[in-house]
Amino acid sequence: MKYASEFRDPKAARALLAEIARVADGLGATRARPVAIMEICGGHTHSIFRYGLDKLIHEGVEFIHGPGCPVCVLPMARVDEAVQIAERPDVIFTTFGDAMRVPGHVKSLMQAKASGADIRMVYSPLDALELARRNPDREVVFFGLGFETTTPSTALSIQQAAREGVRNFSVFCNHITVPEPIKALLDDPHMRLDGFIGPGHVSMVIGIHPYDFIARDYHKPIVVAGFEPTDLLQSVLMVLRQIAEGRAEVENQYARVVPEHGNKVSLAAIADVYEKRPSFEWRGLGEIDASGLRIRDRYRAFDAEEKFGIGYAAGPRVHPEPEGCACGAVMTGRIKPTACPQFGKGCTPEMPLGALMVSSEGACAAYWQYGGARAAAE
Amino acid sequence: MCLGIPGRITAITDAGRQMALAEVSGVRREVNLACVADDGPLEALVGQWVLIHVGFAMAVIDADEAARTLDALRELGEAQEAVEAMAAGQRALEAGR
Ligand code: SF4
Repeated sequence: MKYASEFRDPKAARALLAEIARVADGLGATRARPVAIMEICGGHTHSIFRYGLDKLIHEGVEFIHGPGCPVCVLPMARVDEAVQIAERPDVIFTTFGDAMRVPGHVKSLMQAKASGADIRMVYSPLDALELARRNPDREVVFFGLGFETTTPSTALSIQQAAREGVRNFSVFCNHITVPEPIKALLDDPHMRLDGFIGPGHVSMVIGIHPYDFIARDYHKPIVVAGFEPTDLLQSVLMVLRQIAEGRAEVENQYARVVPEHGNKVSLAAIADVYEKRPSFEWRGLGEIDASGLRIRDRYRAFDAEEKFGIGYAAGPRVHPEPEGCACGAVMTGRIKPTACPQFGKGCTPEMPLGALMVSSEGACAAYWQYGGARAAAE
Repeated sequence: MCLGIPGRITAITDAGRQMALAEVSGVRREVNLACVADDGPLEALVGQWVLIHVGFAMAVIDADEAARTLDALRELGEAQEAVEAMAAGQRALEAGR
């Protein structure tokens, strides 16, 4: 057990691995016929690779990496639109650093900045709001990215801006939701998934019940998990036990942070500021019904799409992926990153072709960083 | 950006906007307390550990959970990333472009 000594609690990790092996054997799970468990969240993917959990765990358990990295699923067309806004001379464009290197059709935000656009990395939408207060003669736009974990932050910032009457602040909203793409994956006849590890920090906001349909309608177990290695192992064990006992339930392994019904203030702010878009484009997955949020009419003045007449406000769009890129197949867990013809060749962290290679939470970057490069050469 | 980072609330800076100073991995940063404020006085949060996501305290956690989470984030390289992001945010405000 090469990595287990690095665990904070190696004894607990060993015991969990042994129990997982016992239950997996009981299920008759083998390398050829594995139990397929999708970890939805990119943070979990990162943790699995960092600790080598995929190697330590019983060979009959296979991790399928889900679409839960907001930077990775950002379509090129949205990057193009972000660049378009950022290149306006009156605009200060603000973004999380993660998004800087995501390729667009023409350029990334990083490249736009290099050629003169005023693009600034911020830690929080509150930094963007403060920039707007300090620069009343400029339009400050925040690149709103992320799942339910970060959605409250932009909702609360927009509410704050409205209360203060800040007129030069707007959000280019790309917030997406977790339950809808899971439903799309479950409806995909090519997918064979036996259970899910649910994203803990998303549930900290929305609670665990938005996942009820997974158990009720699709009869699959889902366990909401923390991201420490022992959290993940324990959650895998909980999924396996449900399968062994013929149960399909939503369980909460991360109850020390995740309240059953989520965070009241966050949910109220999201409901006040946002509504569902009819559909939203996911990189590699295409348009998914009701999977994205837009700013409600009452906060229209803070919607960058409306303000600058771009994006979904500007009508239909085309979105081809770069040639030879298998991002979509990787994103849905149909193939491993190493099976992409571009992996390590046309696409590396230094010269990314797909966003999965950019963020530390992307499956391709994780494979590369933690020995996948070696595997590619084998 | 998705994982968040634990920080300790040290002082309320602007009760109207529900803002407080937090100490995060040796760095001081203003954070918003709206999501953890409930209906009690903000002062009750001073000294508490919270999980901070992009400038917003999202959950109150205990000291042990905070320590474990910080360890895990350091292992993943995410703690450094968060601290750098905070510094970048500060630069964005101060410098011009
Ligand atoms: S290696 Fe690059 S091109 Fe291939 S799937 Fe991953 S991110 Fe996409």
